Amino acid sequence: MADQGDDDRDVPVMQRILDNPFILLFIGILIPTMTYIIWGIMELISIPIAD
Amino acid sequence: MSSATASDFRTCPDTGLKFHRPAEALIKANAVAAVVFLLVGGVLGLLVGLTRWPEVHLLEADAFYQVLTAHGINVLIFWMIFFEMAVLQFCSSTLLGCRIATPRLGWASWGLMVIGALLNNYAVLWKGNSSVMMTSYVPIPADTWFYVGLILFAVGALINCFIFLATLVIAKSERTYEGSLPLVTFGALTAAIIAIFTIASGAVILIPTLLWNLGFVSHIDAGVYRLIWWAFGHSSQQINVAAHVAVWYAIAAIVFGAKPLSEKVSRFAFLMYIAVLQIASAHHLLVDPGLSSEWKIFNTSYAMYLAVMASMVHGLTVPGSIEAAQRAKGFNSGLFEWLRKAPWGNPVFSGMFLSLVGFGVLGGITGVVMGAEQINLIVHNTLYVPGHFHGTVVVGSTLAFMALTYWLVPILFRRELILPRLASWQPYLFGLGMTGVALFLMGAGTLGVPRRHWDILFSSAPGGGYEFSAAALTMMSLNGMSVVLACLGGAAFILIVVGSLLFGRKLDEEEKVGREMIATPPAEASYAGIGSGSITIPGTLVMVFVFFAAFALYYFINWKYLAETWGIS
Repeated sequence: MADQGDDDRDVPVMQRILDNPFILLFIGILIPTMTYIIWGIMELISIPIAD
Repeated sequence: MSSATASDFRTCPDTGLKFHRPAEALIKANAVAAVVFLLVGGVLGLLVGLTRWPEVHLLEADAFYQVLTAHGINVLIFWMIFFEMAVLQFCSSTLLGCRIATPRLGWASWGLMVIGALLNNYAVLWKGNSSVMMTSYVPIPADTWFYVGLILFAVGALINCFIFLATLVIAKSERTYEGSLPLVTFGALTAAIIAIFTIASGAVILIPTLLWNLGFVSHIDAGVYRLIWWAFGHSSQQINVAAHVAVWYAIAAIVFGAKPLSEKVSRFAFLMYIAVLQIASAHHLLVDPGLSSEWKIFNTSYAMYLAVMASMVHGLTVPGSIEAAQRAKGFNSGLFEWLRKAPWGNPVFSGMFLSLVGFGVLGGITGVVMGAEQINLIVHNTLYVPGHFHGTVVVGSTLAFMALTYWLVPILFRRELILPRLASWQPYLFGLGMTGVALFLMGAGTLGVPRRHWDILFSSAPGGGYEFSAAALTMMSLNGMSVVLACLGGAAFILIVVGSLLFGRKLDEEEKVGREMIATPPAEASYAGIGSGSITIPGTLVMVFVFFAAFALYYFINWKYLAETWGIS
């Protein structure tokens, strides 16, 4: 167990991110959702409705 | 605790790959469905091309829009995503040598996708009341089955993506691989993540649209629809990009025993795909008045360029890894001996290499032009757009998938390829035809020819039509000829693959194919001293510099075109 823990600590943070599919999934959903969808919808719904 | 026994696996006698039999059956089912929809979409594409050929102008207007709608959905969605589901299952279960998660659910998802695709085609081709193009912009209504079909297909594909993730978890927990995921599987993971975002976006917009179609929702905002639909419509093409790049790496290893120049760099490039590739969808909205320039420029000319850079990294590392492996095998003379001595008669390699060059030069450079807000105006909603995506999706993704299929027929389906001589020509026939389609559509688009329109000359419009230049009409004719050439190449592919599955000699489970199906990697020591001086891959670097020069030249030519649009007096 100790060896396993040492091995984990030896792996750089960036490599741990790249090795975790669920963190990558989170990144892949979060960034386009925020910059493309949410930001875009905020702009569209802030357009005043014509009289 | 594994629920699979040794008899649930077979070991490929040529490659040593372990096929989990339930996964193998699913891979075959998805690949066969993909090829069926490629055939349907390809025939429809021929009809579109013959109608756009001014001298032929085959179909009447109603039939043209119907066929164009079905062509787009069958090839851009159904062919591509079915094949990608096969790639996901292969890259998880087979490459990791583990059992696939929930194979019954895999069949349920495959069934949903098949039913969805059939329902959508039923609405477009049989009922004929859904000629709304692939985009199906509201408030143009389609048949209810059109939306139901797309939603069922999307749900099926989404389930498959989660089965892929679950299979990765199984492989890790059962320790069927050590350390990080293999690079090809990592590329497939990238495709799966983009697919989940894409399909979720499709559900977010198509489910309310179905409710609107059924009368439960009174109004769908057209601007919001376009915004979210393109997160589905364009991102679905980014799944293709990630998947075909994974296929490039796989084929480099299969044909040459090549290893990535730097796994870290390649993985980081895939990470950039995961983070920002999807937002390139914004280039479709660069003339939408409701969105600010800040939104447009961030999502295209800033963030999208990170994804472009990632593509350029792959465009360097894949041929670079091939060059290094070839040089290590002794093809070390001059700049291009490694390329001259490559197996150009092997369709697995030639299809992949044409895909790589075509995707980079035709699709990549023109994508950047369309992603720049200012010069996008020259070509927005012209035939340049389908020209661009025939460069990316057809020359890039389809050709790469065809190349992999030639390898999968004996390895996965255990059939010998029929017509090997035709197979060695097929990538050139298809690649040349589709390169013509991409180039001539983009040429016509640059000269202002609109996309999607049945009658580009508006000959029946009151007050007379519009005269395009002779050059534009010539481009349209050349496009028509290129479509015929590409369709011959596509027909050859279908003939070879379907003919091999039906009539190719059956290979026993333990029988070898009889030719090398996976190259032995060169020994580490043989990489020492390759290349020229300290540069190990000089040939690839020269190609990269030529690419950059073409890129810069073409980019600035478009700015010159823009400058000439309005004269200054």
